Order: sequence, then structure tokens, then C-alpha cells
Amino acid sequence: MPEGQQPILELQGITKSFGGVEALRGVDFALLPGEIHGLVGENGAGKSTLMKIIAGVHTEFSGRFLIDGAETHFRSARDAHAAGIAMVHQELSVAPDLTVAENVFLGNQPTNALGLVQWRRMAREAGEQLSRFGIDVDPMSRLGDLPIGLQQLIEIARVLFSGARIVILDEPTSALSPPEVERLFTTLRRLREQGTAIVFISHFIEDILRVSDTVTVFRNGRKVAETASAATTKGALIEAMIGRGGEALEHSYTDDLMLPRPSDSSVILKVDQLSLARSLQDVSFEARAGEVLGIYGFMGCGQQELSRILFGKLKPDAGTLIVEGKPKSFASTAAARRAGVALVPESRRAMLFHQEPVYKNISISILDRISSLLLKPALERDVAQRQVEQLQIRPPVVGLDLGMLSGGNQQKVALAKWLTYPPKLLVLCEPTRGMDVGAKNDVINIVRDLRAKGLAIIVLSTEPETVLSLADRILVLKRGAVVREFKNEPVSKDRLLEAA
Amino acid sequence: MVSSETAPAAGQRARGLAPFLRSQMRNIAPFLTLIFLSAFFAFASPSFATIDNLGNILTQVSVTGIIAVGLTFVILCAEIDLSIASIANVTGIAVAFFTVQESYVNIANLPLPGAAAILLAIALCALLGLVNALGLTVIGIPSFIMTLAMMQIAAGISAMLVRGQIAYKVPSLITTLGSGSIGGIPWIVIVAAIMLLGGHLVLTYTRFGRYVYMVGGNREAAEYAGLNVKLILGAVMVISAVCSGIGGMLGVAHFGSAQQNEFDTYLLDSIAAVVVGGTSLFGGRGGIGNTIVGLFVLGVLNNGLDHVNIDSFLKILIRGLILLVALVINVYAQRLREKAAE
Repeated sequence: MPEGQQPILELQGITKSFGGVEALRGVDFALLPGEIHGLVGENGAGKSTLMKIIAGVHTEFSGRFLIDGAETHFRSARDAHAAGIAMVHQELSVAPDLTVAENVFLGNQPTNALGLVQWRRMAREAGEQLSRFGIDVDPMSRLGDLPIGLQQLIEIARVLFSGARIVILDEPTSALSPPEVERLFTTLRRLREQGTAIVFISHFIEDILRVSDTVTVFRNGRKVAETASAATTKGALIEAMIGRGGEALEHSYTDDLMLPRPSDSSVILKVDQLSLARSLQDVSFEARAGEVLGIYGFMGCGQQELSRILFGKLKPDAGTLIVEGKPKSFASTAAARRAGVALVPESRRAMLFHQEPVYKNISISILDRISSLLLKPALERDVAQRQVEQLQIRPPVVGLDLGMLSGGNQQKVALAKWLTYPPKLLVLCEPTRGMDVGAKNDVINIVRDLRAKGLAIIVLSTEPETVLSLADRILVLKRGAVVREFKNEPVSKDRLLEAA
Repeated sequence: MVSSETAPAAGQRARGLAPFLRSQMRNIAPFLTLIFLSAFFAFASPSFATIDNLGNILTQVSVTGIIAVGLTFVILCAEIDLSIASIANVTGIAVAFFTVQESYVNIANLPLPGAAAILLAIALCALLGLVNALGLTVIGIPSFIMTLAMMQIAAGISAMLVRGQIAYKVPSLITTLGSGSIGGIPWIVIVAAIMLLGGHLVLTYTRFGRYVYMVGGNREAAEYAGLNVKLILGAVMVISAVCSGIGGMLGVAHFGSAQQNEFDTYLLDSIAAVVVGGTSLFGGRGGIGNTIVGLFVLGVLNNGLDHVNIDSFLKILIRGLILLVALVINVYAQRLREKAAE
């Protein structure tokens, strides 16, 4: 970057706190036109908070906010949008019931002189934009019918092509397959040439190093480092992020890893010939006590549906579930819970009560065991407090509304609700997605503890690292069918990707 | 009441007074409205702020209050029940239908002992609530449409039972509870108070009450927590119908007659009481405490307008405007709270 270039956006001494907890402390941040700026840091380090300030989501903070050198104060996300700032949030925010074209043009559909939407033009232009992005879909199809990965790409495409001068991408690659990530990077580089400033937040440090020009590291609400990407390494960044020697923590899984001999302990779950419409075909497997079964596959391979069937949220078209020798047909998720099955889904929004305090989020699944007709609030808080301490949830205040916790800590709360009375079968979907190194290790240790206690655990993930770091045995799911089983043999990221 | 239930934790207190007040807007605004209205009418009319008139207001809101108990459960679950007034009507008519009427009443009725009449009437409203529940949970009809259909069905049963006639007699227990009084306090006020208190205790201190709040707060999360969401939704629909039925029986005794379309205004009044009180239409926030405040706001408004010299046709418009303001505050409070939680 040339010295002395006028930043398109400059923040000085930004401080922001939530409920007395400081999320950002005196942060300076500058963004140059035609720059891809990577942002790394552990969960709760303040990256997302800073981005939400830039995007006009958080409007109350202290510090100076300058755009093109002029002091500005956004009163809403709309103001930020008018100033040419667009953001893709971590959580998918699309309109699933509208068409692909409507989603691409959300808010600025082309209209004719009468103010009517020009459908044909909209469909054509949406199709052109998406195909430039390498997405080949019918612009008039319903967005919700597409796989999640594709929906995320379309959301990203909408923001990238909205004409914004500043684009913020918060964990855009977590749901994307490797070729999709490649296409995203190509597009980002093209936008950079056109002078767009891009902020790229990711836990995948390799991605950050590959695509960004500058990297900024956050820790505990402070900016601890800012460096040119070319002048740093993954190890150095991890060290800056967690403030201690980090190499040992982040395993790359490119080398072969030896899976243990299959366990011969009792079979907790037997799945036989499970089929569901277009999602699953004749899926059969067993999960044993004291074993972690990993199920790997790309986005849309049927994992999500499989996990929902195991927890009684979806009903299979054919096939049987046998829990501890008894065939089960769960009429509701409550029936699955009573049979000893627990599920932690991949979406935090779907599994937590953001406006309720932490302790109610933890106690909800065990209220029938820790209370009778009447609630016992003191006991509830004690039970929650124990889990909060055990899982090192921060801040350790069980009365705090869940929405005030960072994403990684919320994810721990979602796990915590099942741990007071451990289930027989624990199904975890993407248990470490969007987590930083430290939190990932916490989750890995928790899962190992539970395995040692004799739980049967199923981990479903689209990230090979997640499956490799946890599983004793791995199934590869492809287009709804089990195509490969790895057991008692060497396995690596490459071998998994090849099988999928 | 919800404010006492979610005792502010250490972190929340540190946020300062202004954000706390903002997050409590849905509890504070209705209360301020009540104080303002009471002060206004007390100033405008010397006959308003009297003990006698307080008794009038209490009696006037009793039937609405009994119906609103069940409706509070439904709205807390982010559902709606439009059949409450019709179910109240049909239950009141049913209890009269099973009671001996004077000879000049021209209804082909079925006289039974009082206890049997009451039990059959309650069974009828519970059954209608169960139909609502099954339509909502098993078939998956949105509650708005399901209860709209039930509104017609219940009205239809009422029509079939009385065929345009008016019945007057109800079992003596119902007559006492609906129109009698003890020590100067009308029984109907006591019944309403007991039911409101019971509803509050259930919502605040029982596991079922917690489930109602959680299902209303985030239905998907409740399902992923392994709660039987359909069972809970079904239960609130039945509770709503039974509360309506009780309100209907006592209402018939209170008015002194059972006839078609007797309860029509109670649909709007009950929904208004719950919503004006600040219970969120999006579910999960509010409670019986809010409903009580809402009842008083409506009661004071209706009663106060009679005490001041005002065009009686204008009254209807004023009630509508007050309801609109309450709705605006309801939606606005939700937004403020989300902002405070940010």
C-alpha cells in the first residue's frame, strides 16, 4: 500500500461495552481503497463488534469515526448502507421464500416507468451476475430450495455486486466447499482492482493469508498487531491471537492420522436403511458407547437431515432407528430426548433463547429432572453455574441474557444444557464451526471427556479438520449415501476430500 | 410481574438506569397510561374517584379478566385465539340449556341437576378448545384461521341451542358466583382475582409456565431443547377455551340472560387487555401482571368515559385509538428491548 494514501474509513479510539463488559477498548482501525484487510482473533476478541459498528448496527460507542476523512455518525444500518458500506453477517440472512433473482436485487428491484418490477430484466441480470461469480442456477427458483452453501454464496454475491465501496465479510467461507472458496477469492481480487475496500474475517488463517493484503489481530477487545500478510506466518498470527505459543494447538491434518481399532463396546444406536426423499438413501451405520463417530461430507450431502431424523425433528420415509436394541420412531424431539438422544444443531439462532438468561438456556432440557411441578430457581442456577465453570463460559454470570455472550460462548451454552445428565447418544453438528483455536480445543477436550464417560457421540461436519480432530471412526456421506468408512486405518484431510 | 421474575443480574445492573428502563418499557408504559387516565378522569369528574366506582370498575372488568387469563397463555406462545368470545357465549348458553327454565321460555332444553349442567358446559368448552388444539398442532392450521373457524362453529352451536330465544335460569352455584356478593364484594370479582392469581402462579412458578415462555421466546430452540412444543401449544389452546367457558357461564349469570351474540364485544376487549398490558404479540414476554394492568386501563377508560360528558358514539373511536397506541407501544417496546440486549 502506498504511504499517505487517504483511508476510505478510519476509526480512532473506539470503545464499546455491553452490560459493563468492554468488548472494544480504544481500537484504531484504518481501511484503504483497493485493499483486502484480514481480521483475526479469538471468539469474543471484538472483531464482529467492530464490524457491526462500521456497518451501523451498533450505534452507541465512543471514539471517532471518519469516512473519507470526514467525521460521521451512523444512526442505523441504513445510514451505513447509504454511505456505501455493505456487510455479510455470520448468520445467513436471506429471504428463503423469494426467488434467487429477488434475493439478488433485494431492496432495489429494477422497475419500469409505472413502478412495476421488471421481472424478465431482473432475472436476466441476476443470472448474469451470478454466472460471473460461477454460480449456475435458475434465477426464478425459490432460494430456500437450494443447498445452504449455495444460499450463502448468493448472499455474498448480492453484497459484492451491490456497488458498495466497503464490503465486510464475516466468516464467509465456513459453509463453502473448497471450489466455492476459490471462486469467492477470485471475485474479491477483481473487486479490489476496481478500488473496493474489503474486510475479511475468518478463523481459517490460511485463507486470510492467501487473500488479504493486510492482517489485523484482535485479542480481548484490543488491536494487538497489524502487519502486511506477506510479512507474517500462520504461527505468528496464532501466537498474537492467543498470546502464547500457538503452533502446537492448530493441527493441520495434512499428514496421515491413524484411527484406532473399532470399539467392541455395546451398540447404542443402529441406523438401518434410512431414506428421506432426495436427501438420504439407504444410510446404515452403528454408533457405540465410548466412541466418536465422525460423519463427513460437503454441504448438502444430507448430514443436516440425518441429524434431524436422529433427534425426532424429521421423519424418515423409510428405514429404522434402533436405540439400545429397541426400534424407535420418535413422534417428537421430546420423545428422542427421553430416549437418551441429544442434539446440538449447527445454528446458534435455532438452538438458543437469546432474550433469556444463561441459566434458563442451560436448564431448559433438564427441567423435568431438576424440578417437579414447581420450578426450583436456586437449584437451576446452581446447576447452570457448575456447567458455566466446567466449560469456562465467559463471562461466568448465569443471570446475564444469552444475547450478550460472544458466539463461541453461546455455542458452549448450547452444549452445556445436555451435560448435567449426559445422554446416551450425543449428536453434534459442526461443533467447532466459527470457533477460535482456544475454544476449539475446549470443545475437543469436552467431547473426549464425554467419550471417556461412555457416551456414544456422532459428530457431523463439513470441515475435515473437525471430524479428524474428534472422530475414532469416520463415515463419508456423499449425495445422501454413505460412500466410504474409515476405521483402523490411516486418514488425512486429502483422503477425506478425495472420498467425498 | 415479569420484571420481578427476571431479577436483574449483576451485569444488567451495571448497564445503568436508562437502558434498564428502556428494556422495561413494555411494563412501564401501560402503568403510566393507567395512572394518566385515572388522574384525568378523577380531575374531569367528581363521581369517578370514589370507592363505589372502583367497585363498579372491578365488576365491569371481571368477565373480561377471566377470559383474558387463558388468552395471556396463548399470546405468550405467539399464537392467537379469536374464538374466546364465541366459546364464552356457547358455554353460557349450554349451562342454561341444561337447566330448568321458566315455562314461558320456548327452548327444547334438557334439564339436569346443577352440577351435571356445569360439568357438561365445561366439558363442551374444553372439547372446543381441544379441537382448536388439534387443528393447530396436528393438522397445522395457523391459530388465526383455526380459531376464526371455531368462532363460527361455537356461534353455530349457540344458535342451534337457543334458536333465537333467551334463557334466564342457570344453576344456583353459577347464579351466586355471577351475580351474588359476599361482604359487599361481588363473587365474580373474587373469581376473577383467583383465576388471575392462579394464572400468574402457573406462569411464574411452574415448569409448564416456563415452557410457555420458552416456546413463545423461540419455538425452534424449544423444539431443539427436546420440549414437546405441540403438547404445550395444545395445552394453552385448551386452557384458553376453558377460561372463556368459565367467563361465559358467570357472564350469563351476571347479565341475567343467555342469548346469541351476548359476548361479541369480549373478543376485542380481552385481546386489548392482554396487549395493552404489554404482553408481546411476538411471544415470550409479558404475563398476567401485564394483563391486570391492561384490564384496568380498559376498565378505567370505559367507565371514565361514562362519567364525563362525551358523545357516546365518540367513545367507540376513542377506544380504538387507545388500542392503536397500545399496539404501537407493544411493537416499539420489542424493538427497544432487542436494542438494549444488543
